[in-house]
Amino acid sequence: MNRGQQGGAGLVRTALPPVVFGVAALLLWQWAVVALDIKAFILPGPFLIGEEFAANLQNVIAGMVVTGRNALIGLLVGALLGILAAIVAALVPVSDEMGAPIVASISVVPIVALAPVLYTMFGAGAETARQIVAGLAVFVPVYFNTLKGLRQVRPVHRDLMRSYAASSWQATKTVTLPTATPYVFTGLRIASSLAVISALIAEYFGGPVGGLGKSITSSASSSNYGLAWAYVLGSILLGLLFYSAALALEKLVSRRTAG
Amino acid sequence: MIMESAAGGRAPAVEVGGVSRVFTGRKGASVTALDDVSLTVAPGEFVSLIGPSGCGKSTLLRLIADLDTPTAGSIRVFGKPARQARIDQDYGIAFQQAGLLPWRTVAGNIELPLELHGAGKAARRARAAELIELVGLSDFAENYPDQLSGGMQQRVAIARSLAESPSLLLMDEPFGALDEMTRERMQNELVRICGETSAAVVFVTHSIPEAVFLSDRVVVMSPRPGRIRDVLGVGLGDTAERGENLREDEAFFHAVSQVRELLHGQAPTGARGVETR
Repeated sequence: MNRGQQGGAGLVRTALPPVVFGVAALLLWQWAVVALDIKAFILPGPFLIGEEFAANLQNVIAGMVVTGRNALIGLLVGALLGILAAIVAALVPVSDEMGAPIVASISVVPIVALAPVLYTMFGAGAETARQIVAGLAVFVPVYFNTLKGLRQVRPVHRDLMRSYAASSWQATKTVTLPTATPYVFTGLRIASSLAVISALIAEYFGGPVGGLGKSITSSASSSNYGLAWAYVLGSILLGLLFYSAALALEKLVSRRTAG
Repeated sequence: MIMESAAGGRAPAVEVGGVSRVFTGRKGASVTALDDVSLTVAPGEFVSLIGPSGCGKSTLLRLIADLDTPTAGSIRVFGKPARQARIDQDYGIAFQQAGLLPWRTVAGNIELPLELHGAGKAARRARAAELIELVGLSDFAENYPDQLSGGMQQRVAIARSLAESPSLLLMDEPFGALDEMTRERMQNELVRICGETSAAVVFVTHSIPEAVFLSDRVVVMSPRPGRIRDVLGVGLGDTAERGENLREDEAFFHAVSQVRELLHGQAPTGARGVETR
């Protein structure tokens, strides 16, 4: 409640140190590249990367849109399936026991390793494989966090629902789901960056061109190191965008639910 | 134990007959939480269950509420089996923990039972406002539970238990977690509320003065196995007359020491004036 009163001064105090540190690090990097005469194929300076980024802004943004779209579709579908599967597992204990080995195997498979197989399944011209890879990567943390959240119902709330002779759907709706909500959003926050990473890495294994991953490999292999790094910068920004969106959503919901 | 029979042909609020509850542990070891307990609570009567930890008083309350099932014996609430009474919502319940839903406002929490049982929005609003007034939280209707003190949360929980105007209130140490001053204030309020609603109350506590101050009868229980040791009629006057000065009253102190003696296991002699009604 008194967060608002700290106002601008508090914001400056929290934001200033990392900004100063970041700028200093970039200057040091630039100085090192120039002074030590580091070749661009080893490490280009931040100014060069910035130049390339600005010059190819449209291409980078186009790449971000392609990869971001795959990641977003994967995130939405994976999260939806993860939440639904967790609800089923919580309601029907047998399905939890039956599903446990499958979920465990999904969580240990290096999911991007499936990409080449999926490309042959869905055709190398389609984005489907990348979306599936992102979706699978998202499913695991969302499923586990949601399931954990669904099991956090306090005994006193369970007693209360029983004393009200509430149906199991009523109890789920009034107590179980709201209790689980913060856990779901923690899962989504973890999943948001995983979705971008998986969608991007999946591009390394084939499929259509245009995404950030493909652009990074193709610029690096044509010795355009500054441009490759500009695309890397684009992927960092895309990951940050997803993460901040999920974090903002989490904060919004937790403020509403926890009062 | 001789109990007051139902007045005016109405079924007793609670009728516990020869109830036992045995909990079976993992290694086959069993704990007898309640052993052959019988108790009758008349409509509108305030009965406290008091005893040391492990005497089964909370278990008994949970059995009446049908949150648990007895191993033997029968429980009837207003002449119906406990399960049916729960389904018919014949009782309101408050626990030691307020157990409010943190994502709902005070008003939202009080409306919860009404909402679950399909009351209309306007009716819910009106009833919640009435109850918030009753427990003196009018300024906090739109606050969330974590913005309230423990005592205020407990008042919300009591208001919630009263939402559907039950004829029976079940309370499991609702003031157990409160400090002494808040506790006494809450007791005064509960006496007032009970006077206004004329509900029967089964009240679990381990505070002797609390039991004496609130109750028409105090049921003293002993542990391992949980049994009713004795029932003491207190009846310190009509609820309407019960106030702060009762705590200073001679009869109050007398009843407190009687309950204490019973708790400590001295067999009460006939001359002690234990009223077995």
